[in-house]
Amino acid sequence: MLFKLEPRGGISARMVYLTPLLAVGFTLVVGAALFAALGYDPIHTLKVFFIHPVNSVQGLAELGVKATPLILIGLGLAVGFRANVWNIGAEGQLTLGAIAGGGVALYFYDSNSPLLLPAMMVAGVLGGMAWAAIPAFLKTRFNTNEILTSLMLTYVALLLLAMLVNGPWRDPDGYNFPESRIFSEAATLPIILEGTRLHLGAAIALLVAVILWFLFSRTLFGFQVRVIGQAPAAAGYAGFSQKKMVWISLLLAGGLAGLAGLVEVAGPIGQLLPRISPGYGFTAIIVAFLGRLHPVGVVLAGLLMALSYLGGESAQIELGLPVAMTGVFQGMLLFFLLASDVLVTYRLRLLPGLKRRAGGV
Amino acid sequence: MNSDVLVLTLLTVISAATPLIFAATGELVAEKSGVLNLGVEGMMLVGAVSAFLAVTETQSALFACLVALIAGAGMALIFAFLTLTLHANQVATGLALTIFGIGLSALVGQDLVGVAYAGLPKLTVPVLADIPIIGPLLFDHNFLIYLSIVVVFGVLWFLQKSRMGLILRAVGESHDAAHAIGYRVVLIRYLATLFGGGMAGLGGAYISLSYSPMWAENMTAGRGWIALALVVFATWRPVRVLLGAYLFGGITILQLHAQAIGVSIPSEMLSMLPYLVTIIVLVMISRDSNRVLGNAPACLGKPFNAAA
Repeated sequence: MLFKLEPRGGISARMVYLTPLLAVGFTLVVGAALFAALGYDPIHTLKVFFIHPVNSVQGLAELGVKATPLILIGLGLAVGFRANVWNIGAEGQLTLGAIAGGGVALYFYDSNSPLLLPAMMVAGVLGGMAWAAIPAFLKTRFNTNEILTSLMLTYVALLLLAMLVNGPWRDPDGYNFPESRIFSEAATLPIILEGTRLHLGAAIALLVAVILWFLFSRTLFGFQVRVIGQAPAAAGYAGFSQKKMVWISLLLAGGLAGLAGLVEVAGPIGQLLPRISPGYGFTAIIVAFLGRLHPVGVVLAGLLMALSYLGGESAQIELGLPVAMTGVFQGMLLFFLLASDVLVTYRLRLLPGLKRRAGGV
Repeated sequence: MNSDVLVLTLLTVISAATPLIFAATGELVAEKSGVLNLGVEGMMLVGAVSAFLAVTETQSALFACLVALIAGAGMALIFAFLTLTLHANQVATGLALTIFGIGLSALVGQDLVGVAYAGLPKLTVPVLADIPIIGPLLFDHNFLIYLSIVVVFGVLWFLQKSRMGLILRAVGESHDAAHAIGYRVVLIRYLATLFGGGMAGLGGAYISLSYSPMWAENMTAGRGWIALALVVFATWRPVRVLLGAYLFGGITILQLHAQAIGVSIPSEMLSMLPYLVTIIVLVMISRDSNRVLGNAPACLGKPFNAAA
């Protein structure tokens, strides 16, 4: 080994905020090298990836559209991750939210009531919560690992959606395409920036972030979550229930993921399709970590991850780069973040032998 | 039931079980050493795409499997460096490995979509393969299927009978004690993780070379996660991994046959079966906490730092 890690005996507050920047920097450098290796001009490609998508009002609005589900889900996941509850089935909870909320839109297809949209949102939240309640119940009742159950349920949810749009919910006038009818005007989220696709959901996401920030930094509940995550034993002595925390974490994350799913189908998509998310539920895991499990951080991280989606599309259109590049970027970013997070709890010391050798050359 | 139909059905069960056997046995060894790598799905996908790329370039199935083994181990090396050297959280790193693997395999495989491959050649054992029923079931497979059985019993022997296996288990049960005696905890965990990655890569290779000889994005369809569940199901015992994999293989195949005989259930509902059964099985295993906690390696997922 060329270096040694010394425990700091605490957490470096400076590093907590520095490492996300460090990780982004590393990702850009390695990304540039990857572009060069693939035969593209690295600087130009990075520009196409990260600048071109947002150099117009239209582009910034799209950033908001893509960031909305990521922020909503990331906010919910962050609560669970703080309390060591590993819900990685947000993609499935998102899907159930879309099914429940979209189902309301299809059932009341002819309704013009202003209550339709709120009803869809409630249904979306409840749908996501119901799906997340399954791993919560199994975890608290049978001690079943929530990582595996929530993930398995994601596959079930995706198949359920496919079954519905292929069967009972298929558009009768849709030439047999596996798609539902397009939602009515009253079931579509209003646009908040004229001439773009930026919809009410973006404002809702920011509102949720503010509420959660308040909840976490100003209430006993937020304190309980932190204690349970960092010192489960101490939390037990203080009378904070671990089981209650599993329920709260999963229901909150599930509800927000369900809302995100509803926002997608009632917003930019406008109907139910077999595939309604390019993996927002998984990317939101990165968003939560990159945002330091803090509501404000999650908003910033959500915007950055949204940019990686837009960048992937823009690089595909302008340069013919495969759109899978986005996934590679996202994975690398999380790797570099996890790697540089070592600096939060450890101090990096080069071994003396190495220093001498370096000095001698 | 006609015996030919029975044999054909069992053959498809074996085929569906084989990738799970590789991936779960590999993960079992890693977990026995105390490492919980949730990146199996990502490692399998990278194994699948690299095997398919290698076989279309060279036409050598053996070489393709070797490439998949190395690619899976290479992915595991990223995981090992982050978690064992840099002490990153194992759960988060495993998730990152899967996200990265999905993207990387899609990137590498973009030109391979739609390319055809004939499938792995069979290694038929002369004479024995002609025995009715037993012959085709036991002696008429491609080499990966034979190898999957060898791996399971090899790992069983290694963990139970060999000195190295004993050391590996000791590291998984108590890394502090093992370190105090002088065993190189980090090195042993590195090797166990790399073995797990290599096996996941081979499992992926089986999917893209034999189970459905082609490349498609995300073609492992959650098998990496089912493999993780299988390790818990098997309570960390290799032979039970084998049995569990055949059980899951059977469930996967059930949907194909139900459709063939015209059961009027939507195909999506049948496709849900393997995932639902995984959940049910996990619940049945984990409700008895003695069985899980009694067999799970005590240091599973816990970080180790010799300097601390």
